Amino acid sequence: MMNISEAGGTAPVKVEERLFQNRYMVDAGRPHIRIRPHETPSKALLAMTRLCPAGCYSVNDRGQVEAVVDGCVECGTCRVVTAQTGELEWNYPRGGFGVLFKFG
Amino acid sequence: MIEERFDAIVVGAGPSGNAAAYTMAKEGLKVLQLERGEYPGSKNVQGAILYADALEKIIPDFREDAPLERHVIEQRLWTMDNGSHVGMHYRSDDFNEERPNRYTIIRAQFDRWFSGKVREAGAVLLCETTVTELLRDTAGRVIGVRTDRGGGTAFADIVILGEGVNGLVGQRAGLRPELKPDTVALAVKEMHFLPRETIEARFNLKGNEGVVIEAMGTITDGMTGTGFLYTNQESISIGIGCIVSDFTESNRTPYGLLEAFKRHPSVQPLLEGSECKEYVAHLIPEGGYNAMPQLYGDGWIVVGDAGQFVNAVHREGSNLAMTTGRIAAETVVWLKRRREALSKANLSEYQRRLEETFVMKDMKKYRKIPDFLHHNKHFFNLYPKLLSGAAQTWFRVDGVDKRTKEKQIFQSFRAGRKLSGLIGDAFKLARSWR
Repeated sequence: MMNISEAGGTAPVKVEERLFQNRYMVDAGRPHIRIRPHETPSKALLAMTRLCPAGCYSVNDRGQVEAVVDGCVECGTCRVVTAQTGELEWNYPRGGFGVLFKFG
Repeated sequence: MIEERFDAIVVGAGPSGNAAAYTMAKEGLKVLQLERGEYPGSKNVQGAILYADALEKIIPDFREDAPLERHVIEQRLWTMDNGSHVGMHYRSDDFNEERPNRYTIIRAQFDRWFSGKVREAGAVLLCETTVTELLRDTAGRVIGVRTDRGGGTAFADIVILGEGVNGLVGQRAGLRPELKPDTVALAVKEMHFLPRETIEARFNLKGNEGVVIEAMGTITDGMTGTGFLYTNQESISIGIGCIVSDFTESNRTPYGLLEAFKRHPSVQPLLEGSECKEYVAHLIPEGGYNAMPQLYGDGWIVVGDAGQFVNAVHREGSNLAMTTGRIAAETVVWLKRRREALSKANLSEYQRRLEETFVMKDMKKYRKIPDFLHHNKHFFNLYPKLLSGAAQTWFRVDGVDKRTKEKQIFQSFRAGRKLSGLIGDAFKLARSWR
């Protein structure tokens, strides 16, 4: 997960601190989103490093996009954004797993 | 998993699925409802406002035991620039009525309550069960579903898809296309807790009275979107959302935008000292009438967000969800009583009935608005700034005579947007609104 500072913002906004409040049932070893192997990410996939509301996407030192989806809030934005490029394999977590909203 | 045959299978236990399952079960149909969350509501997100009228038509005495937060007596509409807001507030004691019109709710609690009513009515609910695909016969009509419970299947005369904006079942079955980045908004929201006396003092409320704020302007940094703040009994729901394709073009993060909204001088004092207990994100279908998919076919009907039933201008969705769920169910009950097949031709009755309600009338009325707002960014950036500047010029007493002030205001608008642009925008807005 990432620590992104906002353009024009006063201080870096950390998403991890927010996700810490949430309840999750992590399906260990069975991520519900997988990135297909790639050399260079599309502009759309790269945008997810900023756009994902749970900060699940990051760029590794080879310039490829990686995902750690334990904090995913299952909004579907990444699937919609990369629908044209086909870089993601997106499924729901198994029944009962994933984020569990206390308030919603 | 379940070998017996059902009259209907409902996918999802949100407002639309619950409305459909309740209506059919109450009429004696054998209903199976499938929900992927641990409990109904555990995957669901909304602001949230409950519109009483839509629920009253399903459960007339819902006020007796539904978990309601506050009834709304005051609506604030704000246009904001970086340090100010220009507001239109409507507050009325008339909203302190015996059967209030709108309530703030907390969805995880409300959906659980609604689901309890569905089960009392006789429907079978299976949670922690994700529907993976629709089953069809050789003629292509939908006859049931496969789930991730050991690949188990269930069969019924009709499958009602109340699977939400992010629903994959109908999409992967080819019943509707994937969402488009320019017709769907990404919204993030936080739940901030405060003592109820503090909320009542800050918002000038007594008892269960509530306030809702809807805001637009520079808070979305030029993107098409809005912010909101709703008072619950002991918490405040605060959120902001923008069209996804605008987000992809910007350099902002959703949580950064929310943080800036929370720190706005008009908002910050309202949240002072609160404790955030949850952060959520969700998509909102905002494409309106022009983005609506086919709503029915042989053996299936789509209801709620999955069918794009959201009135983005009025921030209404849950009432459209409940109404489409109810009408879909009533159509199924009506056809079954007449012993007619649940075929595409017969299910066109669903759409015909919807056309007679506010649902389709409003969807049609605002069909041009989503596109208009997406291509007229001045309404989210320039105009809020001009409005704020004009208000400040007008209210600041500084020895400048009023006629000169009027001229300054007029000139600021002309400098910001040529007269032809101003008139054009007003004309286009009026035409889209009609």
